Amino acid sequence: MAENNRAVLKLKEKFAASIIDVVEFRGEVTVTVAKNAIIEILSFLKKSLQYNLLTDLTAVDYLGKKEERFMMVYQLYSIPNKDRLRIKTPVSEVDCTIPTAIPVWKTANWLEREVFDLFGITFGGHPDLRRILMTDDWVGHPLRKDYPLQGPDREPYKGRLS
Amino acid sequence: MAATETMTLNMGPQHPSTHGVLRLVLELDGEVIVKVTPHIGFLHRGVEKLSEYRTYHQILPLTDRLDYLAPMSNNLGYILSVEKLMAVEVPERAETIRIIMAELTRLESHLVWLACHALDIGAMTVFIYAFRERETVMEIYELISGARMTSNFFRVGGLSQDVPEDFVKKVSDFIDVMPGYLDQYEGLLTTNPIWLKRTVGNGVISAEDAIDIGLTGPALRGSGVDWDLRRDNPYCGYDKYQFKVPTGENCDTFDRYKVRLIEMREACKIVRQALDRLKPGPVLADCPQVCYPPKENVYNSIEGLIHHFKIASEGFAAPEGEVYQGVEAPKGELGFYIVSDGGNKPERLRIRPPSFVNLQAIEQMSVGTMIADLVAVIGTLDIVLGEIDR
Repeated sequence: MAENNRAVLKLKEKFAASIIDVVEFRGEVTVTVAKNAIIEILSFLKKSLQYNLLTDLTAVDYLGKKEERFMMVYQLYSIPNKDRLRIKTPVSEVDCTIPTAIPVWKTANWLEREVFDLFGITFGGHPDLRRILMTDDWVGHPLRKDYPLQGPDREPYKGRLS
Repeated sequence: MAATETMTLNMGPQHPSTHGVLRLVLELDGEVIVKVTPHIGFLHRGVEKLSEYRTYHQILPLTDRLDYLAPMSNNLGYILSVEKLMAVEVPERAETIRIIMAELTRLESHLVWLACHALDIGAMTVFIYAFRERETVMEIYELISGARMTSNFFRVGGLSQDVPEDFVKKVSDFIDVMPGYLDQYEGLLTTNPIWLKRTVGNGVISAEDAIDIGLTGPALRGSGVDWDLRRDNPYCGYDKYQFKVPTGENCDTFDRYKVRLIEMREACKIVRQALDRLKPGPVLADCPQVCYPPKENVYNSIEGLIHHFKIASEGFAAPEGEVYQGVEAPKGELGFYIVSDGGNKPERLRIRPPSFVNLQAIEQMSVGTMIADLVAVIGTLDIVLGEIDR
């Protein structure tokens, strides 16, 4: 159960005030924490609980479905203990910024650039925050839910005319 | 004393040793690299965005276009994450065939890596040899799925169809001769003085740095980290197979070369074990809410036709939740993260591409070396731009 997860126990002990939610689904534990403690929590997990590999860092756009529009997702893996943990933190559209995780893992560099490029979330303290997949002069952030699939200013695709 | 300054040189996107459309902006001091700035995104097709508009079955053909040198590994990663989300049990025969194909794909991907890596460093013969063997794997692909690269063969819950009768013989013959071919490559390279000069001590990255920058797969094992998802977090029944996980010691290009070659030998052993385990049986789970019906039902009964129509047009509704499934793809950890809001399309599908994260290490591995060594570093990272740019 999620309550007995080694990381959840420690996090509840140390960061009780910052934990918003703990969920287990299909054997995977997800901990949602407050944005202001995120870097502190990530470095604690890396240093004290051996989650030494940042597998992935991404975002989800919950436009119109949640109060805070974006959710940052950090997938952690511990090579010594062979277990995974998912840390999430909400980011609102008004204050669309979050501190960078590069001081904790260098992996975060490009992954954060990708989130900046496709979601428009900025990372405070990032040394090289440029677009990575789209061209430098691109307008808009394609993975946002209000960005049309076919691109801006174009007729939506209506299927084959045959 | 004359003042010296660095020179900026553009490499790619159309450059034969960048393995696709990778553009590097190099800052050089003479021939020594001071800074590498990769520019990627030339192949960006918006696969993650497209996926939000498709049902779970319709996303599958997008996945084998990611790492087009290892299509079945991508299919496997995606299918496993959907099966995790839907909690579908897969029949044993389907799992065994999946493992055979995943390991053949590993062989195929590593063969292309070896061919191109050797060609980049100047060993033309290996290129021709390795592509000869790769052709056999392509033929097996064609035999079971009808396509050489865009296989689209796995289905949620199993396989699209059972394999033909001559599949076992064809795979078995290939596995019998493959170790001999590997000896041939090793004879050409492992003790070749030019190969050793170009690879030993090239692209060194310590285990600690490699983990910090997020390297996975053979690139990480070359730095001596004993970690393989197939063994440590088994999926698809890998826990029933015996295989060794090779690791390097000197963290250089030569060690990563050795690791990949041993992996190819181990892949042959896994395929052999899987062929021995292959028993007749169903290849698709009995789960009508999620799986396509067998083709004979579709053609011969109205219920089957309606069922097929419903799955093809509407798909299935996934429970609300989120799953992440990582698989040991030939190039590293390939992960699929699905967020479902309860509908028949994913709210968000995130692909964790191994090449994207591995490419980030290029600067660390090549700064301070000569420009010609950069070509060896690109080769040893084993990147595919289709997957980096998505």
